[in-house]
Amino acid sequence: MSAHSTAIGVSSKRGVWGGGNEPLKASYGKLMMWFFLLSDIFTFAAFLITYLSIRVSYPAYAGPAGEFVGSNEYWPVPELVFDAIPFVHGVHAPLVFVGIMTFILISSSVTMVLAVEAGHRNDRNDVVKWLLWTILGGATFLGCQAWEWNHFIHGTEAGSTMTFINSMNQLVTEVVHGANLSVNEYGPGSFAQLFFFITGFHGFHVTIGVFLLFLCFYQAAVGIYDQRGHYEMVEKIGLYWHFVDLVWVFVFTLFYLI
Amino acid sequence: MEIQQNKSTLEVQPRNDEKIKKIWKTAAILLAITVAEFIMAFTMPRGLLLYFLFIVLTIWKARYIMLEFMHLGDEVKPLFYSIMVPLVFLIWLLIALAKEGSEIFMMRW
Repeated sequence: MSAHSTAIGVSSKRGVWGGGNEPLKASYGKLMMWFFLLSDIFTFAAFLITYLSIRVSYPAYAGPAGEFVGSNEYWPVPELVFDAIPFVHGVHAPLVFVGIMTFILISSSVTMVLAVEAGHRNDRNDVVKWLLWTILGGATFLGCQAWEWNHFIHGTEAGSTMTFINSMNQLVTEVVHGANLSVNEYGPGSFAQLFFFITGFHGFHVTIGVFLLFLCFYQAAVGIYDQRGHYEMVEKIGLYWHFVDLVWVFVFTLFYLI
Repeated sequence: MEIQQNKSTLEVQPRNDEKIKKIWKTAAILLAITVAEFIMAFTMPRGLLLYFLFIVLTIWKARYIMLEFMHLGDEVKPLFYSIMVPLVFLIWLLIALAKEGSEIFMMRW
């Protein structure tokens, strides 16, 4: 049945990689999740390093913060672009909202690791409880991101004057409000493109994560893992969820701090 | 029948308070680093030093998430290195593209 009974003729001389044992001491599913995450790390790293590369190819805004106006001649200051919070109009609250989003995602990572810990103890009630908190955190984060995008797309009332090539292929100078994939009021076109692409790809991962968490929550609640004899699925989905948090930590630094 | 089978045959083990305490401690560290980054963003002058500190603090946070939350530190060494060693290539990508970006900057302005 087990690997031990098939280990006929395996002497200690064969060593860790000689066969008849599990050198990595992890299940197939967990290993594959790790290697998938490794490939996803490369994908996100490529995006984020591209962001950095394009960012340093533009001059940074150097004037006083109070007089900042968006222009596609220089890269904008993040704390002056992301300074709005829901329900309060016209208040300058730099990075407050994105700080709350970061707090929510880190908290959901903590409740996830508590669910994994409960899974190790086969404690169904605790697993279900912590998974539910994690789902709540993930869904709240997605809601916040939807608001953030909405605000970013619609922009400020004042807007800013930009010189750019419009969809008719003409060079025009006009007041731009908000952002789209060709022009935005905050900075060079690639600023909004990278913002949409990278936070969008991250949000897509969070969406899949919430879906997987819900699946896991359901299976735990109806007792499938008890029948199976282990709660390893919680651990595997936990790995994915922590990865999503890990990526956000880097997105937060690159987009909102630097 | 189905429902009866669903009754747990697994033994629920008691909570290990030390482990749970460690999780909350890691969470507190992550939060503290984020708050520190926040304060730095508003009090320090923008420049290379600040960006360098941000990246160091971010990698420090990533380390906590990977080693404590994802339990990579508890895995056997071959698994640990098969995840960590490939990431070395990213250092090269970072250097190459940062250089590329600054060269484009020199060309444009």
